[in-house]
Amino acid sequence: MFATAIEEEIDIKGYVEINTDECKGCGLCVEACTTKVLSLSPCLNRYGYHTATNSDKPCNGCGLCFYVCPEPGAIKVFKAVN
Amino acid sequence: MPKQLIKGNEALMKGAILAGCRGFYGYPITPANEITEAAAYYLPQVGGTFLQAESEVAAINMVYGASSAGVRCMTASSGPGISLMAEGISYLAGSELPCVIADITRGGPGLGNIAPEQSDYFQVVKGGGHGCYRTLVLAPACAQEMADLTYLAFDLADQYRTPAVILADGFIGQMMEPVEFTLAARAPRLPEWAVDGTASTRRNLISSIYLQPDDLEKHIRMLEAKYARMAHNETRWENYKTDDAEIVFVGYGISSRILKSVVEMMRARDIRAGLLRPITLFPFPSDELRRLAGQAERFFVVELSTGQMVEDVRLAVEGRCPVEFYGRCGGNAPSAEEIFEEVFAHV
Amino acid sequence: MSELKVIHEKAECLYGNYDRKGELQHQTHYCPGCGHGVAHKLLAEVIDELGIRDRVILVSPVGCSVFAYYYFDVGNVQVAHGRAPAVATALKRSHPESIVITYQGDGDLAAIGSAEIMHAANRSECYTALFVNNAIYGMTGGQCAPTSLLGDKTTTTPFGRTTANDGYPLKVSELLSALDGPVFIERGGLGNAKQILQTKRAIKRALETQMKGLGFSLVEMLSPCPTIWKMDPVDAQRHVREVLAPIYPIGNKLDRTKDRAPRAAAPPPPPLSELPRILKLPVAPTDAPVELVKPDSEYRIKIAGFGGQGVLLLGQLIAEAGMDDGLDVSWLPSYGPEMRSGTSNCHVRLSTKHVDSPLVSRPNVLIALNEPSLRKFIATVDTGGLVLYNGDSIPTDCIRTDITMQALPFASIADELGSPKVANIVVLGAFLAATNALPLAVVDRAMARVVKGEKWLEIDRRAMARGIAEMQSTEVKVHV
Ligand SMILES: Cc1ncc(C[n+]2csc(CCOP(=O)(O)OP(=O)(O)O)c2C)c(N)n1
Ligand code: SF4
Ligand code: SF4
Ligand code: SF4
Repeated sequence: MFATAIEEEIDIKGYVEINTDECKGCGLCVEACTTKVLSLSPCLNRYGYHTATNSDKPCNGCGLCFYVCPEPGAIKVFKAVN
Repeated sequence: MPKQLIKGNEALMKGAILAGCRGFYGYPITPANEITEAAAYYLPQVGGTFLQAESEVAAINMVYGASSAGVRCMTASSGPGISLMAEGISYLAGSELPCVIADITRGGPGLGNIAPEQSDYFQVVKGGGHGCYRTLVLAPACAQEMADLTYLAFDLADQYRTPAVILADGFIGQMMEPVEFTLAARAPRLPEWAVDGTASTRRNLISSIYLQPDDLEKHIRMLEAKYARMAHNETRWENYKTDDAEIVFVGYGISSRILKSVVEMMRARDIRAGLLRPITLFPFPSDELRRLAGQAERFFVVELSTGQMVEDVRLAVEGRCPVEFYGRCGGNAPSAEEIFEEVFAHV
Repeated sequence: MSELKVIHEKAECLYGNYDRKGELQHQTHYCPGCGHGVAHKLLAEVIDELGIRDRVILVSPVGCSVFAYYYFDVGNVQVAHGRAPAVATALKRSHPESIVITYQGDGDLAAIGSAEIMHAANRSECYTALFVNNAIYGMTGGQCAPTSLLGDKTTTTPFGRTTANDGYPLKVSELLSALDGPVFIERGGLGNAKQILQTKRAIKRALETQMKGLGFSLVEMLSPCPTIWKMDPVDAQRHVREVLAPIYPIGNKLDRTKDRAPRAAAPPPPPLSELPRILKLPVAPTDAPVELVKPDSEYRIKIAGFGGQGVLLLGQLIAEAGMDDGLDVSWLPSYGPEMRSGTSNCHVRLSTKHVDSPLVSRPNVLIALNEPSLRKFIATVDTGGLVLYNGDSIPTDCIRTDITMQALPFASIADELGSPKVANIVVLGAFLAATNALPLAVVDRAMARVVKGEKWLEIDRRAMARGIAEMQSTEVKVHV
């Protein structure tokens, strides 16, 4: 499955998509991300969780956040390919 | 068809294999060992699986696994082992998994002894495990029936998706009688609900969990309706000279054999005696007993116990006429002469 | 310009929507930060990568992961607490082509199911066990597990786990690695991404072990339970790394994948038409006896002696021959406690009518092969009956005048014939001569069927002839 990168950021390496319906706000992804891409949102989702959210730091598509996440569908990781 | 003189236990296992049984998981215990040993001998030769489990707990759960996998399968044990299997039997019933459990009863409670008793009627017929479930219970009274009723048990277990128990005392398991095998060899089948590790069964689930009270109640009501259907269609018994009987004996298994002798002794003395032998213990032939209660002067129940099935006879008869009881236990069986005397001891 | 490709997303073998779950069908039922979710994810990915989804049967346990079947789009079987190894054993043996995976917690596997896992591993059942060790009972609310650490305060060790009361933390992977059966055992952790990725590789190797048919594989996972540990998820992960892992060292414990040969496939089953032969069902005899109308006869025989005298075989031979002769028969052995103390007896009935009770309470033939047996049963013999006694003479206090009694030294006769073991067959001859109960030709044919080996048959035939001769010389003749 392919998605087109945001055109201006040609040097983008990766991107994560958080499904805020599945995320339970445990914060493990935040802890795992060495480049501090993720943080817990100050807002609550409809179940009352502070879900994970992307910051403006660049993601390298390493996938570590995906593996520590206990919710199978909460995180989707994209990586740049040429 | 020529006959073969074999032990009830061995006849049972041959009947099972002819019925398409291809999985046996058991743990040794007297007086059921010949079943397990016959399974170990024959099953590998017919492409089946025999495994001596580490315990009856494991054995019945292996049966759960084989049944989930769609294999006609069984186990065999006696009281102490059946006690350990209670959990698994409840799961089998809850998950609606067919299987056959042979219970060749011995003396209890505790380790008791290995001599025959009929003291596990409550355990097998009334439950043993937890929850609102019943198992079909068939009670053979000769080696021929050990084969025939086991064969039938596999069919009924499948038809109703339920565990079926063959409840036989040690005498019936251990004695040799001529058996005629007219049963056609059945090919193993794979029911559509089974989980066999193929694409077409991938969405199948075997489970006894119904988390929501409403869902569980629905499931239990469905089981209840199934048991009612079993009662309607599958109740089996034998009438022996009951047509004009004033005194009706009631007994199953070895007791019924002794009682036939008693009936003959009485008939020889012009006493109108007959025997009602339940063949299914669940469902119980209550209607037939109630019918006979209209004609008989008294019922006389004999068991190798201190009185278990007699409670069901009394429930069926509903006080219409007296129900008396005579039992021996500990591995002792009453002689026909002894019962004969007992019947008149209180008159 | 570059494109972004999805490299990690929900595995295909997990349901998109968890229809089997009652509510919140897009989320798991696990607590935030729970290791079970991670373990599910790893297993799901490996199943996808190996392309085995259609073949997988997942066995769900009892514990927090009881609902694993909500999530995995594979064949599912939910089982009783601790019994997954037994169920998996039979699933796999029933369908060797399937890939069977059990999923168990530490209470399930290491406590209540400890016997089942030990024996499944020892038999090297060819399935894969995933063992989630969170050192606590999660589902039931935080009771002590066999893997709880010393000092752990749980609801059932409120003052901390002590060796004196609760024993030591159970090291399942090391324990099972001490067995000869298992092929692959590894302990992984779910304490950070590195441990998690390592655990994923272990799960893959375990499943490959099964796919190659090598035998038992197990992956233990040290897993966080933030809820019961009363830690936030990040601290719980740290606890796995810093507290659990030092007690339960992470790494491979056993790898016999190179040494173990794949199991041989079972031969195809024989055609159904072969079953009568395999089951040794009787075939119609070529020289079937002509059905004769016989005069009524009724033998109620009790044979008693001590173990080793061939009491049961003697009874069986009489019953076999009776059956061949068209009579209804039964043979009932004593197998109760008395068998252990050395005595042995059996009840045989032969009848032109239907045999009702196989129990012989008033025998019309008593064969007593020793004195205690004679004393025990002499009073039960029916008036007009026959007693055959193994001895030179009947003890005077056992003599009854209303029955026929014959003492013959069967054991000594057998000794003369060169085999003490055939005393029972000498008795058989004597019984037949005394009663004419069965045609000799029929008995001979039954004997040929029951007795294994030409040599024995030959000795038995001589013994029977001798028994007949001995009896005939005594002039006792009984018709019952
Ligand atoms: C025979 C039986 N005994 C007790 C229970 C109650 N029970 C359910 S889960 C459980 C312990 C589960 O602990 P564990 O296996 O460690 O799994 P976890 O919940 O921690 O994942 C117990 C004791 C049961 N269901 N069945
Ligand atoms: S993929 Fe790597 S860099 Fe990107 S958010 Fe996840 S952990 Fe951070
Ligand atoms: S690890 Fe998963 S569940 Fe936890 S905060 Fe991140 S996205 Fe949400
Ligand atoms: S109690 Fe523990 S093991 Fe159970 S779901 Fe919650 S975190 Fe997971």
